[in-house]
Amino acid sequence: MAVAQPSPSTVSSRVKPLPPISKSLMTRRKGANQLMWALCILSTALAIIPLLLVLYYVTIQGVKVLNLDFFTQVQKPMGEAGGGMKHAIFGTMMMVGIASCIGLPIGILGGIFLSEFGNNRLAFYVRFAADVLNGIPSIVIGVFVYAVAVLPVSKATNGNVSFSAWAGGLALGIMMIPTIMRTTEEIVKLVPSSLREGALALGDTRWHSTFKIVLGAAKGGVITGILLAIARVSGETAPLLFTALGNNFFNSDPKQPTASLPVTIYTFATSADDGWNALAWGGAFVLVAMILVLSIAARYATQSKQ
Amino acid sequence: MPASTQTEKSLAQEKIMADQKIASTEKMPATPPSSAPASQVMLNADADANVGGATKMKATNVNLHYGTKHALKAVNADFTERTITALIGPSGCGKSTFLRCLNRMNDLIESCKVEGDIVLDGENIYARGVDVVQLRQRVGMVFQKPNPFPMTIWDNIAYGPRLRGIKNKAMLNDIVEESLRSSALWEEVKDDLKKSALGLSGGQQQRLCIARALATKPEVLLMDEPCSALDPISTLKIEELMRELRSQYTIIIVTHNMQQAARCSDKTAFFLLGELVEVDSSAQMFTHPKDKRTEDYITGRFG
Repeated sequence: MAVAQPSPSTVSSRVKPLPPISKSLMTRRKGANQLMWALCILSTALAIIPLLLVLYYVTIQGVKVLNLDFFTQVQKPMGEAGGGMKHAIFGTMMMVGIASCIGLPIGILGGIFLSEFGNNRLAFYVRFAADVLNGIPSIVIGVFVYAVAVLPVSKATNGNVSFSAWAGGLALGIMMIPTIMRTTEEIVKLVPSSLREGALALGDTRWHSTFKIVLGAAKGGVITGILLAIARVSGETAPLLFTALGNNFFNSDPKQPTASLPVTIYTFATSADDGWNALAWGGAFVLVAMILVLSIAARYATQSKQ
Repeated sequence: MPASTQTEKSLAQEKIMADQKIASTEKMPATPPSSAPASQVMLNADADANVGGATKMKATNVNLHYGTKHALKAVNADFTERTITALIGPSGCGKSTFLRCLNRMNDLIESCKVEGDIVLDGENIYARGVDVVQLRQRVGMVFQKPNPFPMTIWDNIAYGPRLRGIKNKAMLNDIVEESLRSSALWEEVKDDLKKSALGLSGGQQQRLCIARALATKPEVLLMDEPCSALDPISTLKIEELMRELRSQYTIIIVTHNMQQAARCSDKTAFFLLGELVEVDSSAQMFTHPKDKRTEDYITGRFG
């Protein structure tokens, strides 16, 4: 009885009892509810439809051209039917390989740095820089690599080496760095510190315990980041236009201009030859299939490790 | 004070039961102390036989600051070799913090500053130029929550010896077997050494962590509430383990469980609010504590 209650005559007497629920209000409410749900479902469908249409169309048009020749030959001269895109597939694989050699070490080590030492000013700027780099249009990166890796090399070698797979790989590698760095950082941060402490308490050094134990525990997530970065980078056209240029013939020398799937698709699709147009569809299908497989593998990698 | 004698009696009884279990494997000393009352004769029996050995580690005037917080205040303690010392006290009193000073795990915390000397076999571990990596191979640690590495059981135990440079498969196999036998886990896992350590039960994981710590043949074993995350049966197994290990290692254990401290340890140190209030042989501490604060804690008036 210690707390004073407000006297009944003040608040309660001013508040009138609530009116009974009217039928029309309820119907309106239920109607609005149904409408909103319908709009949500419709929007989801609209979001998925473009993806399904793209997959459907690319598959229908692309599968027509797929045969053994597609993977073992280059295109036939204009006017002849058949041929393939072996040079483009190989070129993409080669340049993604070069890009990985650049992007993986820098991305993973950078990600580990950010997660281990990430509380200071420098780390803040590094993260910010990575995010900005992520947002730079791919054509700008292409022009940059042209200015930095193609022109000087061309001058130095008197025009013998200019456009090359090295330059293409460099451009793609630069694009891979932010994705891998941020994914690695987030995943490594999730590893419980008790694991690291356990290793240090056994007399381990900091770097060894980080690489053996922490990275080992974060393996799944890091692999996911790598696969996603590869998927993104394999489909980029603009950075390759001024770096690897393109090639109508099979080339395995990284010092020479090299064909790649996206650029070759562009070249064939805009050409006047029907055979080449058909090959472009085939290339588009192979590219989409590759990215789909990588994305699914990335999901699988995370789940099976978890 | 009927309540306190009740607690003393129950603690004494537990100590008697525990000591009877190992009485068959250890010899009894010649004469019990004449000043001790009759019911405490078995209590003191093993403890006194060990308490008078050489000093393995000695902490002198240790002060620790977390930023501005003064977490440890002028702690002086010494740890005799081949004994079990229990650090008890209410939550937040600094016992885990002090334990982590003994193998310099507090170095991992940036805001942490340690003053004072901690000496291992006569050498100050906080001196300039001390190799922390070597120190941690001599002073091992087992944590509260089992933290097996996400590898096979074999790789977990072999981790420490491999750090020392041992590569020979046969030698590593021997070390793994010996460590698992020492921590009473060998019989349970000897056919599953290549299975993931994460598939073991909680009690088995903790024994695995103990085996992992023993594989580097440390001289001192620090245990930070090793049984608090375990069921009673696993706890019992680990307490038995500790008593067996005592003959080879110096063990310092932080525990919230006073009965455990009474059952297992030779010496007990009582911490309160960052101060080391009292250190004594366990038998003395739990029956005739010298400080009033100790008595209040032991009889359950707080904490």
